[in-house]
Amino acid sequence: MEGMGLGYLGAGIGAGLAVIGAGLGIGNIAASAAEGTARQPEATSDIRTTMIIAAALIEGVALFGEVICVLLALK
Amino acid sequence: MRVKANAKILALIVPVLLGLNSLSGVNSAYAETQAHESLPAAAAPAAVHAPAEAHDAHGTEAAGAHGSHEEKAGDVIMHHVQDSNVLAFEPFGEIVLPHIEVAGYDLSITKHVVMMWIAAVILLLVGAAAGAGIKKISIRQAPSGIANVIEALVDFIRLDVAKSNIGHGYEKHLPYLITVFFFILVCNLLGLIPYGATATGNINVTLTLSIFTFLITQIAAFKELGVGGYVKHLTAGTHWSLWIIMIPIEIIGQFTKPFALTIRLFANMTAGHIIILSLIFISFILKSYIVAAAVSVPFAIFIYLLELFVAFLQAFVFTMLSALFIGLATAHEEHDSHELEASGHH
Repeated sequence: MEGMGLGYLGAGIGAGLAVIGAGLGIGNIAASAAEGTARQPEATSDIRTTMIIAAALIEGVALFGEVICVLLALK
Repeated sequence: MRVKANAKILALIVPVLLGLNSLSGVNSAYAETQAHESLPAAAAPAAVHAPAEAHDAHGTEAAGAHGSHEEKAGDVIMHHVQDSNVLAFEPFGEIVLPHIEVAGYDLSITKHVVMMWIAAVILLLVGAAAGAGIKKISIRQAPSGIANVIEALVDFIRLDVAKSNIGHGYEKHLPYLITVFFFILVCNLLGLIPYGATATGNINVTLTLSIFTFLITQIAAFKELGVGGYVKHLTAGTHWSLWIIMIPIEIIGQFTKPFALTIRLFANMTAGHIIILSLIFISFILKSYIVAAAVSVPFAIFIYLLELFVAFLQAFVFTMLSALFIGLATAHEEHDSHELEASGHH
């Protein structure tokens, strides 16, 4: 029973850590994209595409972490 | 983006906090995925019993106000998200779909299969209407109505997704990209209407879609580069002493890409539904009208609108990444031109 609780705790903490990473990463991308767009407004669409791809890839890694946490919580 | 990521994580965590321990259906869905990947929408056989129980729990909870609501809230949320062979039309009753078993495999027609059929029918009708609309007008005229909407989206996929990511020879991949975009979009949106279900929130569906992308990527790479070029591509143009590291990494990379596509679409669509239901169930758990008016309804509407955006975004991201992977696999002159440039500078 105690082990179950610790498993939930581990899953929760792991999920939180994954979100910290993803949040920092996507925040950095958004900041850089905003700056790039401000400096060079004519490149907006290229920057947006690059931003979405990079954000999607980071999000994918974060979701891997989340899936592992969910599996941990379910065991 | 950050708000969205937080929302998703919250969605994944909330059921766990609610003391949820009946998620075994998700596990069996995973196991089933690994067992026979090639069956796109085969229902999770072990999950069939769990939704039935969850459904009973749902009924008693709606009727009575006793007992531990926490577990039941989790059960109801999972029941909503999981696949089942019952099409529920809550106040009016339900349609129980037939259970079909072929050679030991469960090939039942389930809720998500029905939703995919509906999506296909919608796409056929809309596509036919748009095609007829385009045919009717002369080449100088702008299309109107539904043809105009579809033309804008198709042109967006053609230019901004296919052409800019695949480059030369993008035309032969265009039908797949447009099909997969509209199919995912309609499946996502079907989950947001009453009595609908998100077929893309089923990992079997998303895995099948990404296996299509995987096969198309590999076949296109073989056709474009030939066997020699394909093997050379695996070395990523590095020095031969690095091959022992590079080749395994590149081979693993071929399989991580479709896996990432699978998990991304599945997790995004499932998490959105879980968070909307969690927000609604906050008011049931706390048994308070104030919470319902102040938290549940406004936040659920906000997340719902966010989900409308996410439905488009995830369809776009899936298509975009498919195009990107095809483009990366078939770009044969890239390494050579870099080397040429490098040698030119020396």
